[in-house]
Amino acid sequence: MSQYQEIATVARIEKFANKNFRLTLDCPQIAASAKPGQFVMIRTGIGKDPLLRRPFSVHQTSSGGRLQIYFKVVGRGTEILAQVKTDQEISVLGPLGRGFRLNVNAPAILIGGGLGIAPMLFLAKENCRLKRNCANDLVLLGAREKNEVEHLLDDFKRLGLRLLIATDDGSLGHHGLVTEILQSTILPPGCTVYTCGPEAMMAGVSRICQAQDIPCQVSVESVMACGMGACLGCSRPAKDGSYTHVCLNGPVYDAEDLLWTM
Amino acid sequence: MDYVIPRDENLPDLRVNIGSLEIANPVMTASGTFGYAREFENLMNLHRLGAVIVKGISLYPRAGNPPPRIVETACGMLNAIGLQNVGVDRFITEKMPYLHGLNVPVIVNILGDSLAEYEEITVRLAGVPGVSGIEVNISCPNVKKGGVAFGTDPIMAAAVTGAVKKKTDVPVMVKLSPNVSDITVIARAVEDAGADAISLINTLIGMAIDLPTRRPALANIIGGLSGPAIKPVALRMVYQVARVVSVPVIGIGGIESAEDALEFMLAGATAVQIGTANFINPRASEEVVEGIEAYAKAEKLLSIRSIIGGLRLE
Ligand SMILES: Cc1cc2nc3c(=O)[nH]c(=O)nc-3n(C[C@H](O)[C@H](O)[C@H](O)COP(=O)(O)OP(=O)(O)OC[C@H]3O[C@@H](n4cnc5c(N)ncnc54)[C@H](O)[C@@H]3O)c2cc1C
Ligand SMILES: Cc1cc2nc3c(=O)[nH]c(=O)nc-3n(C[C@H](O)[C@H](O)[C@H](O)COP(=O)(O)O)c2cc1C
Ligand code: FES
Repeated sequence: MSQYQEIATVARIEKFANKNFRLTLDCPQIAASAKPGQFVMIRTGIGKDPLLRRPFSVHQTSSGGRLQIYFKVVGRGTEILAQVKTDQEISVLGPLGRGFRLNVNAPAILIGGGLGIAPMLFLAKENCRLKRNCANDLVLLGAREKNEVEHLLDDFKRLGLRLLIATDDGSLGHHGLVTEILQSTILPPGCTVYTCGPEAMMAGVSRICQAQDIPCQVSVESVMACGMGACLGCSRPAKDGSYTHVCLNGPVYDAEDLLWTM
Repeated sequence: MDYVIPRDENLPDLRVNIGSLEIANPVMTASGTFGYAREFENLMNLHRLGAVIVKGISLYPRAGNPPPRIVETACGMLNAIGLQNVGVDRFITEKMPYLHGLNVPVIVNILGDSLAEYEEITVRLAGVPGVSGIEVNISCPNVKKGGVAFGTDPIMAAAVTGAVKKKTDVPVMVKLSPNVSDITVIARAVEDAGADAISLINTLIGMAIDLPTRRPALANIIGGLSGPAIKPVALRMVYQVARVVSVPVIGIGGIESAEDALEFMLAGATAVQIGTANFINPRASEEVVEGIEAYAKAEKLLSIRSIIGGLRLE
């Protein structure tokens, strides 16, 4: 598996909600080898502070060598990243981690919550490309409010899969949680669930899947220093009592292999 | 084992000696920041390194600490990995074959919670193909002595050094903890006990608090500080130690560039190790080698050895 440390050029920056941004990078080597569910480590500053790179899921790639990330400003690193200018150069390391194991023979249910929507677009695209017809597949997106999700809807709709939305404040789609939609929807037999989102949401999704015997893959987060298996900082308890390293063994896991505390 | 060090007569001589071990250049990777080297094979030229120092190895596998294990701080980071590792036996069967194939000296960093454990690891490493040196991490707590770190007591530090030396033929580097009031006392003690080289510094003990939750940022509450934030402390300690010992000193702490490395050499270091910088720039250690080479060329140095301890004091 190839990895690259690439100097990427900022091609475009889009501001969606108050704190949500989408960054398009010219990053041909990483874009060409990234798979859905993998992530990149981005250096947000150039000096010694902030020191470490920040991890972001690959949101989508283009055959023209571009790669997008979709992120929210939550602290210093993302604050700096939100202020980059077109044509600015930034250092990107990737692609990293183990992505989703797409089962093209099973109907797919993709569930993204909050910033966990980011990797779902890439997965949905790959799913529809490989299957040709994805009318049987379903995407469920959850967000706090309309603004966080509506700008991404066209990209999903273009792919031709069924799309259902839930917002916490009811400003778009179902008023409530995505897990409520999941529970009330009749799922195609033999389907596989792929999910990424807040910990509580993924714990809920994995519980529902377990009860119905549906295979479920989750993409989880952890603090990270290196993103490539060198520091052992990104540990997370696994079902078997050991620690797993999210940057290397994940970020995508079979939900049943992890310990869910919520 | 002897390594073939290719020499181009047009390039400056970057070779240095660590005891009986000659390395191609003074740049090594610091334990715990470079995995088992293979993690970096796609991202840099591993053959350019002076030596690889691997993650600390104990007698039995260790699971490590619960998360969160790391947190970023101003110009640095705190870690409490908890010395997670696969244990010496699995290290030898699973990691050593690849490392041996690199044609770069491999120095194995070892740790233990008793003298007997340090000794036993050394015995198991004896004669393993590819092991060119041992680096003894003495920052670990001595369980028998109520958990006081070996490295904070000159008698215990000397005892560990002597125990390891007795069981091996390869050069032994002893890695000092900076969490002591007089580093020169410990340095002298391990030199007297037979250390072939002294590496310093390990991480400085620190702490971070997350105000919104009022909780410690690390599950372990305290952790080791590394990165550019500790460089001035490390430089000072290397300077102090190099003045009082005659074995080679290896400088560690916040080194990111050739300039940083050269400053450590001026302060008296024979070689350096790159730690946290590997996380930010996987090519950092290779770039330091290139930068030192460029400096030696520009300054028309016949050998890089000529700048060791060359700090101008008048
Ligand atoms: C594999 C992986 C993929 C990710 N993908 C995305 C993505 O596609 N889009 C996106 O917006 N974010 C993503 N994240 C989270 C992102 O890495 C963090 O939001 C970012 O590192 C915060 O950096 P900062 O300097 O802005 O915040 P910091 O100053 O480091 O932290 C500020 C606050 O944010 C919290 N925080 C820090 N890291 C995280 C985290 N990982 N998750 C939640 N809260 C955090 C801290 O607890 C703190 O309270 C991903 C994380 C991982 C591990
Ligand atoms: C994540 C991490 C793990 C480390 N693990 C070890 C270890 O196993 N054994 C050891 O002797 N030092 C260990 N260290 C200390 C480093 O080798 C080095 O001494 C220290 O980080 C200072 O150098 P730096 O500022 O360049 O990182 C570790 C450091 C970090 C950041
Ligand atoms: S982030 Fe360093 S090992 Fe995973």
